Amino acid sequence: MNFNRSLGVSLVAAALVTAYGCGKEEPKKAEMATPAAAPAAPEVVVKIGHVGPTTGPQAHLGKDNENGARMAIDDANAKNIVIDGKKVKFELIAEDDQADPKQGTTVAQKLIDAKVAGVVGHLNSGTTIPASKLYSDAGIPQISPSATNPKYTLQGFKTAFRVMANDVQQGSVIGKEAVTTLGAKKIAIIDDKTAYGAGLADETEKAAKAAGATIIAREYTNDKATDFKAILTKIKAKNPDVIMYGGMDAQGGPMVKQMKELGIKAKYIAGDGVCSAEWPKLAGGAAEGQYCTQAGVPPEKMANAKDFVTRFTGKYGPIQVYAPYSYDAAMTLVAAMQKANSTDPAKYLPELAKISYDGITAKIEFDEHGDTKNGAITLYQVKDGKLVPLATNVGGKTEKVAADAGASTSGMKSDMKAPADAMKSDMKSSGDTMKPTPAPDSMKKDKAQ
Amino acid sequence: MNTSEHRTKSIPLKVWVGVALVAAALALLPFVAALAGQAWVRILNFAMIYTMLALGLNIVVGFAGLLDLGYIAFYAVGAYVYALLASPHFGAHLPFWVIVPLGAGVACIFGVLLGAPTLKLRGDYLAIVTLGFGEIIRIFLNNLNAPVNISNGPQGINLIDPFRIGNFSFARPETILGVSFSGPQKYYYLLLLITIGVIVVNLRLQNSRLGRAWEAIREDEVAARAMGINTRNVKLLAFAMGASFGGIAGAVFSATQQFVSPESFGLFESVIVLAMVVLGGMGNIPGVILGAIMLTLLPEVLRYTMEPLQMALFRRVVLDAETIRLLVFGIALVAIMLYRPAGLWPSPVRKRELEVAATPQ
Amino acid sequence: MDIFLQQIINGLTLGSVYALVALGYTMVYGIIGLINFAHGEVVMIGAMVSLSVITALLGAHAPLPSFAIIIAGLLVAIVVCTVLAYGMEKIAYRPLRKAPRLAPLITAIGMSIILQNLALMIWGRNYLTFPTLIEPTPHNILGASMTDLQMLIVLLAALLMAGLVFVVQRTRLGTAMRATAQNPQVAGLMGIDINVVISAAFVIGAALAAVAGLMVMTYYGIAHYYMGFLLGLKAFTAAVLGGIGNLAGAMLGGILLGIIEALGAGYIGDISNICGLPILSDSMLEKCAASDGQVSLFGSNYQDVFAFFVLILVLIFRPSGLLGERVADRA
Repeated sequence: MNFNRSLGVSLVAAALVTAYGCGKEEPKKAEMATPAAAPAAPEVVVKIGHVGPTTGPQAHLGKDNENGARMAIDDANAKNIVIDGKKVKFELIAEDDQADPKQGTTVAQKLIDAKVAGVVGHLNSGTTIPASKLYSDAGIPQISPSATNPKYTLQGFKTAFRVMANDVQQGSVIGKEAVTTLGAKKIAIIDDKTAYGAGLADETEKAAKAAGATIIAREYTNDKATDFKAILTKIKAKNPDVIMYGGMDAQGGPMVKQMKELGIKAKYIAGDGVCSAEWPKLAGGAAEGQYCTQAGVPPEKMANAKDFVTRFTGKYGPIQVYAPYSYDAAMTLVAAMQKANSTDPAKYLPELAKISYDGITAKIEFDEHGDTKNGAITLYQVKDGKLVPLATNVGGKTEKVAADAGASTSGMKSDMKAPADAMKSDMKSSGDTMKPTPAPDSMKKDKAQ
Repeated sequence: MNTSEHRTKSIPLKVWVGVALVAAALALLPFVAALAGQAWVRILNFAMIYTMLALGLNIVVGFAGLLDLGYIAFYAVGAYVYALLASPHFGAHLPFWVIVPLGAGVACIFGVLLGAPTLKLRGDYLAIVTLGFGEIIRIFLNNLNAPVNISNGPQGINLIDPFRIGNFSFARPETILGVSFSGPQKYYYLLLLITIGVIVVNLRLQNSRLGRAWEAIREDEVAARAMGINTRNVKLLAFAMGASFGGIAGAVFSATQQFVSPESFGLFESVIVLAMVVLGGMGNIPGVILGAIMLTLLPEVLRYTMEPLQMALFRRVVLDAETIRLLVFGIALVAIMLYRPAGLWPSPVRKRELEVAATPQ
Repeated sequence: MDIFLQQIINGLTLGSVYALVALGYTMVYGIIGLINFAHGEVVMIGAMVSLSVITALLGAHAPLPSFAIIIAGLLVAIVVCTVLAYGMEKIAYRPLRKAPRLAPLITAIGMSIILQNLALMIWGRNYLTFPTLIEPTPHNILGASMTDLQMLIVLLAALLMAGLVFVVQRTRLGTAMRATAQNPQVAGLMGIDINVVISAAFVIGAALAAVAGLMVMTYYGIAHYYMGFLLGLKAFTAAVLGGIGNLAGAMLGGILLGIIEALGAGYIGDISNICGLPILSDSMLEKCAASDGQVSLFGSNYQDVFAFFVLILVLIFRPSGLLGERVADRA
């Protein structure tokens, strides 16, 4: 390896002297570096990149996304996919951007150098946006599972997609649901002043006002805070019906706990960042009866979603927030390659743009910008420490999920399962909790698996 | 000492050959780096941006001996000045040779703003105030989207213009005289020019009357004042000049990234730049450059080597490459400081002091 | 009025936590003049270790009252943290005692990175939940609510501070510490083993950090490997505000910082409301009318700015903090 590299260096140095372009040498070197890795098999390795912060304060989210993508790659490999006559072995190249835009571009370039066929990521809008330009220049499709800043897809890049509702899509549903379903007239809004939290809160504010509510307080915290009593005290004095939070579950948990300690009776609603199975636990029981929304439809409506949560938690532990979206993002890339019968980014990109793929979070279709088409948003409520779907909003229309049935059966199920698996109760809403809607059926399936 | 005497008299051929060789090496570097991937060219560019930052901070910490933990604020100011004046956010698209000096100027004003009230403070009290100042700037940038939208808040500013001269944009790949240059490679040469400029200014500053005044203040402020140095103005100048280099680095960062958001300017960045200065050798320009290059390259080298290394040693990946990367980075910081307490390449003055301090024991 | 009182209570609790961590900073700084940047990480390790012990005991269904379980967790955490701090001082700081002043600062930053990533390897990246062993019961105090846990935190912080002052002022070790702080060489000549004294300062600081870690985790119910960074930063600020190197100053600084933050978050919005001003443009007046006469220049998003601003003001008028005496000039 070492020998090869120094050989390559001297070769190309020589080439440079003779005024050769160096671009031509690159593939040669790549070939030299990997002869041992590819024995003569009718198999072709396709690299898929993943980027997220796997160190630093958001490491739990970054790793969660990475695991989601990794499971998708494993699943795809298990299917022995054949593209263009060759058996394809997918390989995940996972990189850490530490949520730092500067490192985001460095690792994006690293992935481009490695000739990945597609990228899942990045996690944050702040790293996704600067990196998207690089991917666009290199013609590599990029699907972010979690960047919600509307600007990401509005830059005019053909390679930029996301499988997550953007802030406008989700914020408008939260605002509307807060008024219609939760019956709010006076709303207090808190956000964590990150691109995600602030964006979501701003859109919620607009939608809530449009639906006829008044915003009586707009307060702020940050994404590393644990103490919210000062702002909650201020909000308490204004006596709101609903408190909306734009931010993540690590803050949302302690926040509802502190609301309870301060004796605030208002309802609480938050976006997908809070809407994880971890949230009720982080809240120490105080999240009971509170609300949150998630992009996508309840998984019992998605055929592919059946055992995702079980398999994921068995392999990697509890889902944090976005792993299912990351899984979908990777699977969508694979599906587009299959459809185009090519792993060449230039060839499968057009297929990706018009794909219709049954993911585990929703039916994935992109609009002309690369956003999810009529992204469905589902409203959940915490019941018995679990997230239970109440209603799904598709393209502005709300459709009730048989809420009562869901609640009662989930209670029943947790009774039945309680001693057996504490592990499974970690599951994210998007999994097990809502299977029971047609109760008896899903029970059978559970047992069958 | 010897070399500087030589330089003032006549420059021997040997030096010219040396300079020519270094210049050739620097000119070829981006192509050599590109063999390992274009990412390395980008990393080199960041190394140069950090070199400018470290040199700027070196004026404050290394020359004048004022501990500054909020230096990244000036970098942020420079970056935002460029972003606001060359992006669709306000619709202004000024050319870079107007904005970069402007960014340096605005950062300079902020340097004085920080310096003026803190003149009386010393040591660690100064450190915490500068730290607070750095955080204040970041928080303002994060919040100045309401009631009037100035900085666009946490969403950051996107689609910033790259450096452009006429129709020649530094962001596009291009073929010049049969050699194909990628965007980062073109930036490399521009950054190299700017960095060399910054280095030259720093070298001249160090040997100037002002540089000696800074050094005098660092060694003993009271004695310096007794010698007739206007310590207030000289300290303010240190802040102002250090800040303006930060501003230049920020503007360059803004143009190469084409996107800025407040999260790039956190406290940890200040700390890392300080580590570059101290680890390289406070007050010694070559040392600081070495420190900046090392601390930019080290994490990236580790990023590329940690997994293959583990494979070679244990035949499997024992620990997450990302985690171990930072762990090794931390260990390296501690180890280097333990073995070279004055930095990798300390200034001769410091070295002498250390020896004197060590002898009585 | 109850709102104001409530904010004071919020600030007092938060401030007590800051104060406990700040004591550790100030102990070390007072004696060797080192900003131990890794102190926040020691707090985090304390929280993580006690969490592990407590969940293990709960998982083993040990027939112990929850009080005993917490004490067991605390004791183990104290042992781990003190050993850690002792080792850290010996490896990373002691060899640099005569080095340029900023060298140990960089090793401290290095240690901080090392500890964080070790914690990441051991306890993982996820936020961990702390089991609710003490159900917080809110009590009504003059219209404001305060849980018994909050009272415990304030009380404990006050007790520990008093104990520490006693140790420093009244014991042989304390005398040795003060002597070392004044002049290590002379203290050494008087027969004081400076190394022991400095180690003791680190160890005591670490024990306090372990207590602080457990308290923070119990109060907020969560722990994360990155929690030490912000806490350490705030505590450092508090220590400087009070006058770094001064124990009472750390306590005062901590509590003041907590209260400043709470009041800042609670009242900046009202103070900076511009709708009452006579110089508004028409568009601004429209905005005011649309939002109930409340358009604030600054809101709770400027909470930290407010806190730092107060700090800077204090330092401009009292350059060595509220209770600090001498000015360190060793940068």
